[in-house]
Amino acid sequence: MLYVVIIFLFFSILLYFLLGGADFGAGIIELFTSTDNKSRTRRTMYKAIGPIWEANHMWLIIAVVIMFVGFPVIYSDMCTYLHIPLLIMLLGITARGTAFSFRNYDAIKDDKMQDLYNYIFVYSSFITPLFLGIVAGSVISRQIDPDATDYLSTYIFSWLNWFSVMVGFFTVALCGFLAAIYLIGEAKEQFDVRRFTKKAVIMNAVAVGFGGSVFIAAEHENVHLAHWIFGNPVSLVAVIAASLSLALLWYLLNKGNTKVIRILAAFQVTMILVSVGYRHFPNIVMVKGGHNLSLLKDHAPMTTINDLGWGLLLGSLLILPALGYLFYSFQTKQSRAN
Amino acid sequence: MNDFIAARSQMALSLGFHIIYSCIGMVMPVFMAISNYKYIKTKNPLYKHITQAWSKGVAIFFATGAVSGTMLSFELGLLWPKFMEHAGPIFGMPFSLEGVAFFIEAIALGFFLYGWDKFNKWFHWFTGIVVGVSGVVSGILVVSANSWMNSPAGFNYVNGQYTNIDPIKAMFNAAWFSEALHMTIAAFAATGFAVAGIHALMIFRKKNVTFHTKSFKIAIAFGALAAILQPLSGDLSAKGAARRQPAKLAAMEAHFHTEPYSKLLIGGIPDTVSKKVNYGIELPGLLSFLVHDDFKTPVNGLDKIPQKDQPNVPVTHYAFQLMVAIGMFLLAIGLLYFFALWKKREWLNKSWFLKLFIAATPLGFIAVEAGWTVTEVGRQPWIIQGVMRTSEAVTPMPGIHYSFYLFTLIYFTLSLAVVFLLSRQIKMVPELYDHN
Ligand code: HDD
Ligand code: HEM
Ligand code: HEM
Repeated sequence: MLYVVIIFLFFSILLYFLLGGADFGAGIIELFTSTDNKSRTRRTMYKAIGPIWEANHMWLIIAVVIMFVGFPVIYSDMCTYLHIPLLIMLLGITARGTAFSFRNYDAIKDDKMQDLYNYIFVYSSFITPLFLGIVAGSVISRQIDPDATDYLSTYIFSWLNWFSVMVGFFTVALCGFLAAIYLIGEAKEQFDVRRFTKKAVIMNAVAVGFGGSVFIAAEHENVHLAHWIFGNPVSLVAVIAASLSLALLWYLLNKGNTKVIRILAAFQVTMILVSVGYRHFPNIVMVKGGHNLSLLKDHAPMTTINDLGWGLLLGSLLILPALGYLFYSFQTKQSRAN
Repeated sequence: MNDFIAARSQMALSLGFHIIYSCIGMVMPVFMAISNYKYIKTKNPLYKHITQAWSKGVAIFFATGAVSGTMLSFELGLLWPKFMEHAGPIFGMPFSLEGVAFFIEAIALGFFLYGWDKFNKWFHWFTGIVVGVSGVVSGILVVSANSWMNSPAGFNYVNGQYTNIDPIKAMFNAAWFSEALHMTIAAFAATGFAVAGIHALMIFRKKNVTFHTKSFKIAIAFGALAAILQPLSGDLSAKGAARRQPAKLAAMEAHFHTEPYSKLLIGGIPDTVSKKVNYGIELPGLLSFLVHDDFKTPVNGLDKIPQKDQPNVPVTHYAFQLMVAIGMFLLAIGLLYFFALWKKREWLNKSWFLKLFIAATPLGFIAVEAGWTVTEVGRQPWIIQGVMRTSEAVTPMPGIHYSFYLFTLIYFTLSLAVVFLLSRQIKMVPELYDHN
């Protein structure tokens, strides 16, 4: 059962990253869209993510619940040492979620309020994945120091370091990339398709750039990232697969097969997570001094894990078909309507 | 403000904010499903408009409820890491099931809000029902997590170690039923009266009278029925508290001295130094009767509880009085409504009658906040009754007061935004729905 729970945890994180990430990315794309085209982007985006955005964000809740029920020590340590970035991420989620629905459900659509909602929406779409990435980076950065005695090294430098920050920006770029790819498939007019394709290319280039900076920052902070990734066959294969799919994706981008490029983009991001995750599994929080927290050791008592595993299995029997039908209906109904 | 007080205040603020949205999120879908059902049956477009107007309101609330709920799942760890480290595996089961329920709710809401005229009308109606049912189920689940904090079960606590953990037993702890029942009824009472009150105001102002009269009727039917059941279930909660948390009951009643024919206290200002109550009405024997079903058996007072294990008496007492007073008032006007419906239909449009319901608009929610204050402040100084103290659970991180100020600002802004949006929604009713 422990492995069932771990698999659910991994999938919730992955799906949050893919679906929620595309969702954040849509805001990032909007942020970097010229003023003339902003409202076109917004319309495409609203049609695409309106019905599903609430469900996309549930993956985060599932991941958090699995953490605090199944791995309470890991959860409470992360909450203590990464209090500040988590808090900022939460503020971002709050601002973003409310601005998104307010701008749609405000009964009077006057420019003044709409501008305000848009402003909040796009900036929080940037901040949230930035800090999500910072949290993810800090977890593996070995900068969390339980023996530190002063405020700065305990609560600030645990996350404010080059490596974590670069992972943050890398995450932002990936979200933008995912969103652009997703929107290509949603756009109805050739003009928009071309616009989003261009965005996807730019975002991809930016992501590759930040990906490189992550490696440089890792060397600077003594995080042995290169060794983790290239030092074992599984991660290496994952990286190669990611690069190959990237090449394929570039090639197909101009061919207009939107389904395949979506799958490739998702595949690529999955491979990036696998390549980093595999090497330290089962450790998920690397702490200064080597007291790493491990999914296989620092878990709740087995009775809890068993109940949790059954709860998740039964729950997914209910959730997955319904969710599938939701995605399916709004995809096909929309395309049929056009 | 010290960090401990700041953490408690921030938790209280967040929960106090979230509970309003979650009550509405549980109850409004039920109202929508009813009016949608009436639309399908009668084909009267007015009911479709009511459903759509409400569903826009619900979408606004749902977003706020969802983000404040996400906030809470992190705050449990951000503010009370030591509590979550030990309690997570024990009382976490309802939270994981709640996660499932929310997920289903969010999916069904996607169908309901975006699926008008796209799906078979009964399928569409059914998704509305699913939103309501999963909302109520998630409310019950999370309250059962809270009732575990009041009556811990499903583990052994020996020498600071938590052993023999059984999450299912923890979920069905002794208090879960009475607490979940009382909370569910409260959600219906509070939301029912709030919605009815807003529509009563519109009828009073002679705006879209048919639209608002139909809406009023749906909302008040639930509100009034819930208000009648509320005191009964409250009695059950109080008996449970007397058994499991004598300190809480004693604080609710400002009951300082254990003696036969214990007095029920109405109103009054407790003085914790002289251990006396000033200006209250005391009804001898009644408290004994309510707790033990006979007038003589003494009810344990605060004198039986060490000073360091006592909650804040005035706060608990005032909150309890406020809740009960509102409960009695809502009971009265609920009964009045059914009476008018039965015998005096002409009252329903009288302005004194409408004014009563307009006055009741916020009362249910005030009672909900007061009730939670009783439950949570009355549990202090324990975070897990009798097992862990709140002060042992708090995060070691200094500077929590800044985060408290920030949260206050955010929740204040969000509340303003929601009020602003709702008022615009109501303002637009004539333009959106008046073309027939
Ligand atoms: C519309 C709201 C509302 C109304 C009218 C009432 N209550 Fe209540 N009460 C709540 C809403 C509420 C609540 C917010 O929902 C609480 C907090 C925790 C809970 O489970 O329910 C609560 C808690 C609560 C508790 C504490 C339970 C515990 O901590 O174990 C008691 C003893 C009562 N109530 C008793 C009553 C009585 C005797 C009422 C008589 C009229 C009453 N309530 C009306
Ligand atoms: C939504 C309805 C709720 C409201 C309005 C509410 C209200 C409050 C209040 C006023 C406090 C502060 C008490 C004090 O420090 O004096 C508090 C504390 C707390 N509540 Fe609740 N509560 C609610 C439900 C819950 C639930 C469902 C849980 C968890 C399962 C919970 C967990 C806590 C925790 C962990 C604390 C902090 C520790 C403590 O003060 O004991 N609450 N809540
Ligand atoms: C008595 C207290 C509570 C009740 C009755 C309650 C009920 C609800 C309901 C009905 C919703 C759906 C939101 C909506 O429809 O608008 C909701 C949202 C949420 N609640 Fe609470 N809740 C309570 C306290 C808590 C606590 C203590 C937590 C955290 C541990 C929590 C976590 C959440 C989360 C994560 C969501 C968002 C889910 C979504 O996106 O739909 N709730 N809550």
